[in-house]
Amino acid sequence: MSGVSVTKGAEDAAPAPGGDLVVLSNVNKHFGALHVLQDIDLTIARGEVVVVIGPSGSGKSTLCRTINRLETIDTGAITIDGKPLPAEGKELARLRADVGMVFQSFNLFAHKTVLENVMLGQLKVRKTDKKAAEDKARSLLDRVGVGTQADKYPSQLSGGQQQRVAIARALAMDPKVMLFDEPTSALDPEMINEVLEVMQQLAREGMTMVVVTHEMGFARSAANRVVFMADGKIVEEATPDQFFSNPRSDRAKDFLSKILHH
Amino acid sequence: MFDFLDGYDLLGAFWVTVKLTVFSALGSLIWGTLLAGMRVSPVPLMRGFATAYVNVVRNIPLTVIIMFASLGLYSTLGIALGSTDIKGINFRLAVLAFVVYTASFVCEAIRSGINTVPVGQAEAARALGLSFTQVLRLIVLPQAFRSVVNPLSNVLIALTKNTTVASAIGVAEASYLMKEMIENEAQLLLISGVFALGFVILTLPTGLILGWVAKKVAVKR
Repeated sequence: MSGVSVTKGAEDAAPAPGGDLVVLSNVNKHFGALHVLQDIDLTIARGEVVVVIGPSGSGKSTLCRTINRLETIDTGAITIDGKPLPAEGKELARLRADVGMVFQSFNLFAHKTVLENVMLGQLKVRKTDKKAAEDKARSLLDRVGVGTQADKYPSQLSGGQQQRVAIARALAMDPKVMLFDEPTSALDPEMINEVLEVMQQLAREGMTMVVVTHEMGFARSAANRVVFMADGKIVEEATPDQFFSNPRSDRAKDFLSKILHH
Repeated sequence: MFDFLDGYDLLGAFWVTVKLTVFSALGSLIWGTLLAGMRVSPVPLMRGFATAYVNVVRNIPLTVIIMFASLGLYSTLGIALGSTDIKGINFRLAVLAFVVYTASFVCEAIRSGINTVPVGQAEAARALGLSFTQVLRLIVLPQAFRSVVNPLSNVLIALTKNTTVASAIGVAEASYLMKEMIENEAQLLLISGVFALGFVILTLPTGLILGWVAKKVAVKR
């Protein structure tokens, strides 16, 4: 449990109006015999921060990855900003450019410097000119607090710094929504907060976010809504206050009792 | 003691070997990279073609391929590859045969390099909105090449020595001259020794330099 102290301001508590940005309806997916996503219905409004929690193997990472089609789905439909997810190809690439993704294992391009990592998408996908891309990359790196590391290679940075670079890389595309797939799970404990603080800041600025995490402190303070998954199903959806103080389902009670009391 | 070398163009013969090696290396690097790209492509037809190509070509003896180039392509089909004199034609046919053959080994070396690139690298690139060819060209292949410099230098050394097969279709490279000298001179062991040394002089620096390059460009994770 991290000690993130930033609490959600009153103005951030309600989801910003603006309609539905990501809609999953009746989504099913199997990994072989394992029914990893079962009839998932989930709607994420513009500006909303949704935190997905649940035990390991509950399908929460898979859910996150289906939203930009890094995992395909068997049945059901996913729309982003009203448009259904296209099949593999140019259309899909265009859509992915609008969906930022941050991975558990950072996945910074190992043969490129930090600055080049943040510029690449702008240059090759957005076709921004080099000067503008570099200016934007540097200001984003400053914003996440790694501006001084711009010319180093990812392997020379700590995990926390790498993950903040990864966030900057995703932000450089001006995404409509950001997906975080367990962004702090591979980090040393003392580096978790520096990443969570960047995410808190993003949430406060009104970014639409889907965050798969085990950080209950972050869920409490930054989420508009908590989605609890177990065994491939969404078991419970509630505001963080409701969910943590008064979970309705037995599965959630059991889960919370295991993680909150030690 | 080395009088027997008089009257033979030793350097000229090795120069032909070098030219064969360099042209064939460039060609097979390009063609082999394309094949490797096809082998990991999402298009089943391309994957199937490249897989079949590699498995067929690398299992055919080089001599058979080079004889086919000469007897099949040139003598039967009249394909002269844009050259008019027989020396030029044979040289080009030999380069073509070496490219066809060596590319299958280059392809497999690069494919093994592609397998060393963590899948997360490609996922992150796709998540940014890069297309398949961009992911391959900008992210996966640059990292793959860095990890296969050593295996590629093996392929290059093998290619250098394989160029001796070109003598089968009359390309006057080093081993062609060696056969001629062995017929005419008495110092059989010395002649063989001189040519063996010549090849070591060509290939040893290749291995050393590329070994150094491999360390220099290795991707740190």
